[in-house]
Amino acid sequence: MKELFTRIFAIFWKDILSELRTKEIATSVLVFALLVVVIFNFAFEAGADTTGLVAPGILWVAFTFAGVLGLNHTFASEKENSCLEGLMLCPVERHVIYWGKLVGSFTFMLVVEAIITPIFLALFNLPIFMPRLALIIVLTTLGFASVGTLFSALAANTKARDIMLPILFLPIVVPIIIAAVEATGLVMDDKSWGEMSTWLQVLIAFDVIFLVASAFVFEFVVEE
Amino acid sequence: MDEKRHSPLVWAIEARGLTKSFGSHRALSGIDLKVRKGDHLTIFGPNGAGKTTLIKLLSTLSKPSGGSAWLDGADIRKVPEQIRYKLGVVSHSTFLYTNLTVSENLRFYGRMYGLSNLEHRIKEVISQVQLESRLHDRVGTLSRGMQQRVAIARAVLHNPSIMLLDEPETGLDPQATVMMRDVLDALDSGERTVVMTTHNLERGIELADQVVILHEGRIAYQASKQEIDAARFKEIYDRYTGLRT
Repeated sequence: MKELFTRIFAIFWKDILSELRTKEIATSVLVFALLVVVIFNFAFEAGADTTGLVAPGILWVAFTFAGVLGLNHTFASEKENSCLEGLMLCPVERHVIYWGKLVGSFTFMLVVEAIITPIFLALFNLPIFMPRLALIIVLTTLGFASVGTLFSALAANTKARDIMLPILFLPIVVPIIIAAVEATGLVMDDKSWGEMSTWLQVLIAFDVIFLVASAFVFEFVVEE
Repeated sequence: MDEKRHSPLVWAIEARGLTKSFGSHRALSGIDLKVRKGDHLTIFGPNGAGKTTLIKLLSTLSKPSGGSAWLDGADIRKVPEQIRYKLGVVSHSTFLYTNLTVSENLRFYGRMYGLSNLEHRIKEVISQVQLESRLHDRVGTLSRGMQQRVAIARAVLHNPSIMLLDEPETGLDPQATVMMRDVLDALDSGERTVVMTTHNLERGIELADQVVILHEGRIAYQASKQEIDAARFKEIYDRYTGLRT
């Protein structure tokens, strides 16, 4: 078991190190998410009436499209010098590669969300400290990254990778995004845990299904 | 029973009826091969003959459509992870991350192989490919020839018993090619089994204990080194590559 985690961490750390060197993806994803939040803030004047209606949607539009932008690079970096083949030559089962890449994508998206969320909350005059929103973000991002990592591997083998990923991936994650928007709306309206429990259960259920199914299917996606 | 039939004591590589199809296209058809431990097999053939496909099957990167192969007695279909411990693969692609340094690349692959005493091993292999001074440089800043030497260091990091070399000299200038040959020769202890695909007749025959010409996914010619007459072999090779009719 220790060996398994060592290898997952090795893939994760390799990706983090590579991104820290170039900052290619972090910069573009952060700028994109920030732009979406700021533009929508100007479009919909922040106020008690409008915030509850539009703010959850704006937040998840920013995270979803910024996420797609980042996920496009998850396996694209492995195509240079056929590094994916190098990974597949390592004496590990294919799902270990999936978990390593997933942990990297998940962490990367969480970091971007941790920077964007306080800015968003400040722009929409919402309390900065919202632990329940943090829980929704973590659960949604987990489901999002689990499917996104799988489809990123799939899209990396196609010529129109940048277009293929959103086309393949977004219809699959729609249930997660809807659940996230609904749950976020309830948190912003300061509703009770009980009222948002249904949406949390939906998020957890999809996380489990996507994690198990994606790890299982990954081998068939990367094999020729 | 199976293990006895594919005796790991004698044969490092044994393939029986190895076939690979992509849709309706048959890239490899009924390949039968036996390579003794410590022997060198050179595979020649024109582009599209199936050389890279064969290397991909033996390296477990790709699954056969029919037949199977045994490396040190282990079936590539049944225990691919176990087989990958025994394999070192050098291709025309380096499998290296250009944003990482040489040492970071080697450390990453070393961890993936679960190597103990990794730092010592990195120093050892990097000195074998004579790149000690570039250990902390990013791979992207190295010349193509140097990158290929790092790729060799990566391939031998876990001390594999079988090396698969898929046109390792592709894209190298003559000087880098000579340097890479020297490195490969220095690493050859005589105990390692080597399978190499190449278009370089002279070099391929010089290294080989056994040669094979692949043509349209089949073994068109097979001989041991003792049986090879260089001029006659060139004639046969030219016929299959379309240089002579």
